[in-house]
Amino acid sequence: MSDRAVVELAEVWKVFDTGGRRVEALQAVSLAVARNEFAAILGPSGCGKSTLLNMVAGFDAPTRGSVLFDGEPVRAPDPRRAVVFQEPALFPWYTVLDNVTFGLRTRGLPAASYRARVEAFIEQVGLRGFEAHYPAELSGGMKQRVGIARVLVMEPDVLLMDEPFGSLDAQTRSLMQELLLSVWERHQQTVLFVTHDIEEALLLADSVSVMTARPGRIKKRLAVELPRPRSLEVTTSPFFNDLKREVLALIREESVKAAAYGPETR
Amino acid sequence: MRRLWPALLPLAFLGLWTLAVEQRWVTEGIIPSPLQVARSWQRWIFGSPVKSLSPYSGTWLAAVLYSSRRVLQGFLLAAAVGIPLGLFVGWNRLVARLVDPSIQLLRPVPITAWLPFAIAVFGIYDASALFLIGLGAFYPIVVNTTHGVRDTNLLLLRAARMMGAGEATILTKVVFRSALPSIFTGLRLGIGIAWTAVIVAEMIAVKSGLGYVLWDAYYVGRMDICVATMLSVGLLGFVSDRALQLLSRVVLKWRTLEAHA
Ligand SMILES: Nc1ncnc2c1ncn2[C@@H]1O[C@H](COP(=O)(O)OP(=O)(O)O)[C@@H](O)[C@H]1O
Ligand SMILES: [Mg+2]
Repeated sequence: MSDRAVVELAEVWKVFDTGGRRVEALQAVSLAVARNEFAAILGPSGCGKSTLLNMVAGFDAPTRGSVLFDGEPVRAPDPRRAVVFQEPALFPWYTVLDNVTFGLRTRGLPAASYRARVEAFIEQVGLRGFEAHYPAELSGGMKQRVGIARVLVMEPDVLLMDEPFGSLDAQTRSLMQELLLSVWERHQQTVLFVTHDIEEALLLADSVSVMTARPGRIKKRLAVELPRPRSLEVTTSPFFNDLKREVLALIREESVKAAAYGPETR
Repeated sequence: MRRLWPALLPLAFLGLWTLAVEQRWVTEGIIPSPLQVARSWQRWIFGSPVKSLSPYSGTWLAAVLYSSRRVLQGFLLAAAVGIPLGLFVGWNRLVARLVDPSIQLLRPVPITAWLPFAIAVFGIYDASALFLIGLGAFYPIVVNTTHGVRDTNLLLLRAARMMGAGEATILTKVVFRSALPSIFTGLRLGIGIAWTAVIVAEMIAVKSGLGYVLWDAYYVGRMDICVATMLSVGLLGFVSDRALQLLSRVVLKWRTLEAHA
C-alpha cells in the first residue's frame, strides 16, 4: 500500500461541443482519492458530476488536464475501475447470477475459481434466492444491488458510483446506504461516490468535495471525521449536523448562482 | 359467442361466396364453389379410391414439401448472411459506409424483377428459386438486424466495457442479444417474403412445388385447384410465422417477463 493517490485529477477541463452549442461542464477540477478512501463528490444536478466520473471510468476524455489512475493516464474503461451507474444498467437477457458473474466470465476465469466468492457477495447484498431471476422480475432496489454485486465480485481497485441510489424511494435508499456502509466497512474499497444528497455524502464518505454549479469546479473539500462503523444513527449526531450546516451554506451559495445561470439541462 | 367472434368474418365470406356461385352472380364455371374447392383439395391431398393419373390426385404433400424445402433453404441462407452482415453494418461505421448504400440501392428492386436475371444466371433449377427466395428474405433481415444493433443502449455498452469486455464479447454477449427482438422482427418479415418469392419462382423458374401447380392449374382451367393452392400457401405462411413467434418467445423469455412487469 502506498500513499500515492489511486485516482488523481489535475486541472481537468471538459467542454462539450455539440453542433455549435458549447457547454463548459468542468473547469479546472483537481482532486485526489487516496487508497481505501471513500470520497464523495457533492453537487447540484447538471454541475458535471457524471462528466467527471465518466472521465475517471475512461468513457470520455478530458478537454484539458490529466486524469490519472495509479499514476497512469486513463485511456479506456478498465475492470480495475468499476462503475455503478444511476440506472442499474443490467443485461436484461441474463439472470441475476449471470449478470453478477459477467465480469468474471469475460475475464475467462473458470467458474470454480469464483463460485464461493460470488455466493458470498450475493448473500451480502441480500439477493440469495434470486440468482435465477431476470432483472425484469426485480424491484429497483434489488436491481441496484445486482449492479453493486457485479462490480464487487471483480475486486476492482476503485469503485466509481454515480448517484447509485438517486432513483430509489427514500426508504429503499436508506437501506441501500446501510448496505453499502456494511459492505464498505468490510472490504475498505477505494470509492469515488457522486451524489446530490448531502446526508448521503456525509453518512458514507471520508471526504466530501463540494462542487459549484455549472461550469463545475470543486469549491471545497471537507473531511468527515465521523467514527466508523457508521449507521444511519450518526445522521442525528450534533457533529453530523454541524457538517451538514456547513455544506448547506456552501450549496446555498451555489444554487443561487445556478438559478442565475438558467434552467438546468441535465 | 366470444369464441365464435373471430370466425364470423370467414363464415360470412364463405356464405357470400357460395351464394354468388349458386345464384350465378358470376359467370358459371369460372369461380368454383367452396364445396367444390374442398372436394378437389381433399382429393389433391388424399388421392382417390380409383387409381388416377390426374396430377391433382394425391400429390399435395409432394408439392408442399418442394415449396417448404425451398422456403426453408432460402430463408436459412438469408438469415445466415443477413444476421452477421446486419451486425457488422450496425456496429461498424466503416462497414456501414461500404455496404449500406449498395443494400439500400438494390432493396427497391422488386423480387419479381430479378426473375429474368435469376433464370439467365442459374437456369431453370432450384438455384434460381433459392436465389430469389434468399434475396427477398435477406433485405428485411439485414435491415432489422442493423436497426437492432444501432438501438443498443449506450449504458449497457459502457457496463460491458468497464467489466473488461472486448469487441468480440460485446458483439456477441451484448449487441447481438440486445438486437435479437429486432432480428426476430426481420426473420418474421423475411419468411413472409420467402413464401411470396417461392410462388413466383415456382411459377416460372422451376417445374415443381405449389407455385408450379398454381400456374399449371390455371392453364388447364382448374380454378378449384388454384384456390386450394392459395389457401395452402396461406396456411403454410401462417404456420411458419407462428413457429417463429414461438421460437422468439422461448429465446426472448426475459422480454415477456419485462412486458408483465
Ligand atoms: N455528451 C454531452 N454532450 C453535451 N453536453 C453534455 C454531455 N454530457 C453532459 N453534458 C452537459 O454537461 C453538463 C454536466 O452534465 P453532467 O455531468 O451529466 O451533470 P451531473 O451528473 O452533475 O448532473 C450538463 O449541462 C450537461 O447538459
Ligand atoms: Mg449525473
